[in-house]
Parts: sequence; C-alpha cells; structure tokens
Amino acid sequence: MHMMWFTERAYHYDPEVEPEKYRLLENQVIRERSFYGTPNRFFDAEHGAKLINQYLDEKVYTDEELLNFDGVMLNEHHGTPFCLGAVMDVEAAVLAGKTKRIKIVLLGNPVATVGNPLRLAEELAMIDLISGGRLVPGWVRGAGSEQFANNTNPALNRELFEEGVDFIIKAWTTPGPFRHEGKRLHFRHVNPWVLPLQKPHPPFWIPGLISPDTAYWCAKRRYPYVALATKLEPTLELWHFYAEAAAREGYQAGPENFGYLQPVMIGDNQERAEELGKRLLFGGAFAHFARPEWMFPPGYNSKAATRRLAQLETGPNTSGKPMFTTTGEETEEQIEAVKNRIYSGYPKVLKDMQMIAGTPDNVIPKLCKILEVLRPGIFSFWLDGPVSAKDRKRCLELINRDVIPAMREYGKNLGLVSPFERKPGSRALGPDGVYAAVSNPEALAEEY
Amino acid sequence: MASQEWSERTVRIAGINLPVIVGGRGKPLLVLHDELGYPGWFNWQRALAKERTLFIPMAPGFGKAPRIEWVDNVRDLACVYARMLREEGLENIDVIGFSFGGWVAAEMIANYPAQFRRSVLVAPGGIKASKGDLMDLFLVPAQSYLRATVLDPSATAEFSNLYGEPNTPEQYELLEDARAEFSRVAWEPYFHNPSLPHLLEGVANQSVLLIWGRQDRVVPRSVIDTYYRAIAGSKLVMFENCGHRPEIEKTDEFVSEVRNFLGA
Repeated sequence: MHMMWFTERAYHYDPEVEPEKYRLLENQVIRERSFYGTPNRFFDAEHGAKLINQYLDEKVYTDEELLNFDGVMLNEHHGTPFCLGAVMDVEAAVLAGKTKRIKIVLLGNPVATVGNPLRLAEELAMIDLISGGRLVPGWVRGAGSEQFANNTNPALNRELFEEGVDFIIKAWTTPGPFRHEGKRLHFRHVNPWVLPLQKPHPPFWIPGLISPDTAYWCAKRRYPYVALATKLEPTLELWHFYAEAAAREGYQAGPENFGYLQPVMIGDNQERAEELGKRLLFGGAFAHFARPEWMFPPGYNSKAATRRLAQLETGPNTSGKPMFTTTGEETEEQIEAVKNRIYSGYPKVLKDMQMIAGTPDNVIPKLCKILEVLRPGIFSFWLDGPVSAKDRKRCLELINRDVIPAMREYGKNLGLVSPFERKPGSRALGPDGVYAAVSNPEALAEEY
Repeated sequence: MASQEWSERTVRIAGINLPVIVGGRGKPLLVLHDELGYPGWFNWQRALAKERTLFIPMAPGFGKAPRIEWVDNVRDLACVYARMLREEGLENIDVIGFSFGGWVAAEMIANYPAQFRRSVLVAPGGIKASKGDLMDLFLVPAQSYLRATVLDPSATAEFSNLYGEPNTPEQYELLEDARAEFSRVAWEPYFHNPSLPHLLEGVANQSVLLIWGRQDRVVPRSVIDTYYRAIAGSKLVMFENCGHRPEIEKTDEFVSEVRNFLGA
C-alpha cells in the first residue's frame, strides 16, 4: 500500500490561543455561506507566513522522522481561507528540494484554470528533476469556484482539461520542436528543454468527488482514481462503475486502481481527540466550501449532471440546498445558532466515518474496515480543522508509530497493492472476459 | 388560446435542426430572445402578431436547440442567423432583439448594415459599459438574475405568472442550458465585443430604434448611450419606472413604440 497524508493548509486561528480571531473568521464564513469569497481583508500576511511554513515543516518532518509514510499529498484552491495552497507547485518545489524520500503527490493540478499547460509541463518537470523523480502529478477540472477565481470559461472547462492533459503528455513524450494546433490550444513551437526524470513521464493519479465522467476517463486511461473522503456507499458504486469500464478496456481493475482519502484526528486521549476532530466542521466545512451558484457555474456540468441537479435543486429539503440563507445582516445570535446547528451534526459525522477520531487503538479497527470495504491500494490520511501545530504533530506521530503498521499488516493480508507495486491496468481479465469484484460491500454491514 | 397563435417548426441550418416559433400574420419580424432563453408567448407578441408574422429562432444550444460546436462567440452566431435568413429568403426584414438578442442583432447590423429594413434593440448588451457594469449573470443564481431583470416582480403580472413559484425541474434545466450556452459565447469579455461600437460607427442610418428602461439593472445607461452615439440617426426611447424587460413591464407603451417605428 501507498500511505500518505494530506491537509488543506487552511488559514485559521487556534481557538485556544486566539479565540476572538477564530470567532471572527468563522462568523464571516458563515455570513458568506462560503469559504470562497470571504473578503481578503481577513488575511493577515504575518499569520499566513507562519501557517504556510508550519505546513511545509510538517511535511519535511514526515520525510525525515516519520518513516512509515510513503508520501505527502497537496492540492490547490484559490480565493479562500479553506486552503493556503493557491499555487501548489510552489510548495511542491520547496518540498522537492527539502525532502529526500517521500513521494510528492499533487491531487491535482487544475489544468483548465492554469490556462497554459506548457508552463504547467515545465513546472512539473522541474519539480520531478529537483526531487529526483518523486513526483506524482494528478489532474483536476478544479472546483466550480475556481472557474470564477481564475476567470476560466466553465463551459469550456472539460474541453480545456482533456486537451490540456493530452498536450502535457505530448510535450513530455514527443521529441521537439513540434507545433500543436488543437481545438482550444495552439502552440507554434513546443520544445520544453526541461523534461521529467521519470520516463516516459511521472505516474498520474486522479482525485475526484465521484463524478462518473471522471471515473470513466480514468478507467479508459488506466489512471488510479482517488476518492476524496466521499461516503462509502456511493464510493462503492463508483468502484463498480470503474471496474466495468476497465473490463470494457480489457483489463481487471484492482487495489492499484483505487485510492481513498479519510479525515482523521488521532491523539493520546480519546475524548480530546474527538473534540479536536469536531473542529473539522469549522465554518460549515464542505457544506460551505462555496455557494451553490459558484460550485456549479454555467456549463461546468454535463447535460446529464445538470438534469440530476435540476431534480435536487427544485425539490424541498434536499442535499443540494444550502444549510440556510443569509443576507449578510445577521445578528451575532443568529450566527451562533447556525454554528450550533453545524456542530450538532458531529455525532452523525463520526457515525458515518466522515471523521475518524480517537486513540490509535480506537481508530485502527475503523480504518481497517475501510480497507476491507473499499480495498484501496492508495490511502491518505486527512488532517484538518483549526488545531494547534503541537496536536497535529502528535497526530502524525501516532499515525506513523501505531496506525500505519497495523493498517499495512491488514492491507497485506487483503492483497492491497499500490500502483508502484502493480502497474494499473496490467492485470488480465478472467478467461471468459468476466471481471472480479474490486470491493467488498458486504463488509460494510458487518461489525468491526 | 395561445396554442392557436403560434406553432413550432424546424429550420435546417449549419448541420442542425433549429426549432423556430412562428406565429401571426403579415410581413415577417425576426425576434431574437435574451440570454436566459425563450420564455414563451406573451401579450406583446399577441399584439404584434395581429399585423406581423413573428419568426423566433431558439439560439443554438438554448433549450432543445442543438449546439453548433464551432459557434464560439456572438459574431459566429450572428453569421449563422444571417445565413439562415438568406437560405429562408427572409432578407431585408425587420428585427427585434432583447438583451443578448439585441447584441446578436447589432452584430448582424455591423456585419451588413442592409441586413434589416428596421431594427429594434431592446436593452441590448454587446458594448462595454463606460460607466457602471453589465450585471454579471454568472455570479448569481439564475433566479436572482431573473428577479433583477424587472423593476418590480410582483407588479409585473406576466413575470410573476412565469417565475413567481419556485422553478420546476424543467425550468431549472432550461435556465441552466441557457446560462451554459451564454457562457460559451459571452464569458470573456463578458457580454460585450470590444470591436462592436467601432463597427457600428460605419452604419449611420435611421433604421435603428433603441429601447431602454430607466431602472434597468442589467444594462447600464452608458451602454445605450454608446449605441446611440455610434449609430448616427438611431432613435432612443426610454421608459420610466421600468427595468430590463419593457416588453412585459410596459407592454402597451412598448407595443405602441414598436408599431410606430416598424410601420405597417
């Protein structure tokens, strides 16, 4: 198995050290109903500098001291306190130089919104060279709000994404100079001098929130698909969909084709760890990542997805609806009431394993249950919420010391191999062309 | 009954079957709908249909009209419509265009000033606002934009009949399809074409009527002023206490102005 960890590198304050700043930022996010679009007057550059270095140092520490981790995972978001990684490749470049061992996994580069895929090909090639071939890039269309932040026409996103990825591969693998006259991209003289160390190019992993379009694209191209903390039942359905598409391509999918990201908070004390885990819900968490109109900009979705959304959006009390509506004029009491509603949902979050929090002994069976059900070859722990650097460090140490060894042992017995151990798409189908199950949905119902 | 006043037919153009609403009698009048698609048959159409045959194409990609993959901007679309008029034998007819449809008509005029006998541009987009901003359709939900298009939604009967209740799934889908296609052709530069006012300067005739509501929140006054200055001889009519949809907010005055301008 490939074991790594991820954090959004959120901009926030420790409520135990700076409670008033913590409260002001959270209340503003709630007033906006959105992390995206929170006015940047709330950004204090000195505090930002401290945080961004803390997040980099944690990864260097992982490389040097937490030897059970195989990698660290980064992502990119714009215009939001949700994530300080506005240009992920800058962080990746720092890590490429400061680390010696771990894989640097970028899930993923927003090809369409970056706008110039040749520049992206060069950035990534440099990171691969500096790191000595430890780069794992991934590609994303970018959240809906990223289209606004980067002024990328959402109706062209899928075209720009698909042609952009193909172009990057072409730039890395076709001897230059060559000319590219595509549908959306036009380059008259392509000859990047700096090419990746890994040949023919670094392996690609694709993260997603269980969009069938993306899973189908991955299955066709034999790219592993990493589900980002999605609920287990729909994730199982998507695995099945991927495996079916893989079979049509003539191969048997397996653990090497799948990855899963799981929010955790692990500490020495069960109660304290659960309390810290609750902070993942800061500001409404994903429910408030961006307002619906920014999450689904025009033309960003396929026609089929818009039709599904039409049923959701027009039905009463459906999940497509925001938690509440705000005018921006709410009193402090009203905002506090919304916060109470958000945090009162925590028991369900724990029950659904959307957060696994506790001591190592408490969390290991739950994490092993996920391995048993989803059978991923890639596993990423996700640390987030306004938690002190000290508590985060302790969490990573416990994952490294206790959790990873136990999960590895369990995964080994299940035959969970990573894409580095078995090439995705290299397994043949059975003699009759039938494919074997890639997951174990029955295990979901069993006790753990 | 509305269903007796119009019918739908398809026109084969640029490799697609384009749905066209046709209704009324008399000389043909091309009607170009706005950025949220064709909303239906209203009183203003009913009135004009008494002496005019309304010819209302669905813009490609809007509603059930198939997309034309190579149409990437509003000038492309204007050229598709020009071709449609040639092929349908509808040259030198009159046109009325609303908002986005007004922009399309203006592009057609800029390309070929003799395209239309007379043109009515109702709160047309297409030109950069020198003061204020064209309201950004994409930053807000479709419903918020819709409400902003009329001065007083509850006092505008035809508007509240259509949009007063929460969207049906079908309405939601139609609006999203319209927004998607409008995004394809008008995301950047938003809702305008920098070359349009310059090209219109060469038009100089008296066959263009501009109509604008003083409380229009979508298209600022400066856009209309630029149109008025660019097209020498154009006529400008402003309605008081009126938003972006004079055709349903001030139907009687609107119909009367259009009738007078187009003549028999």
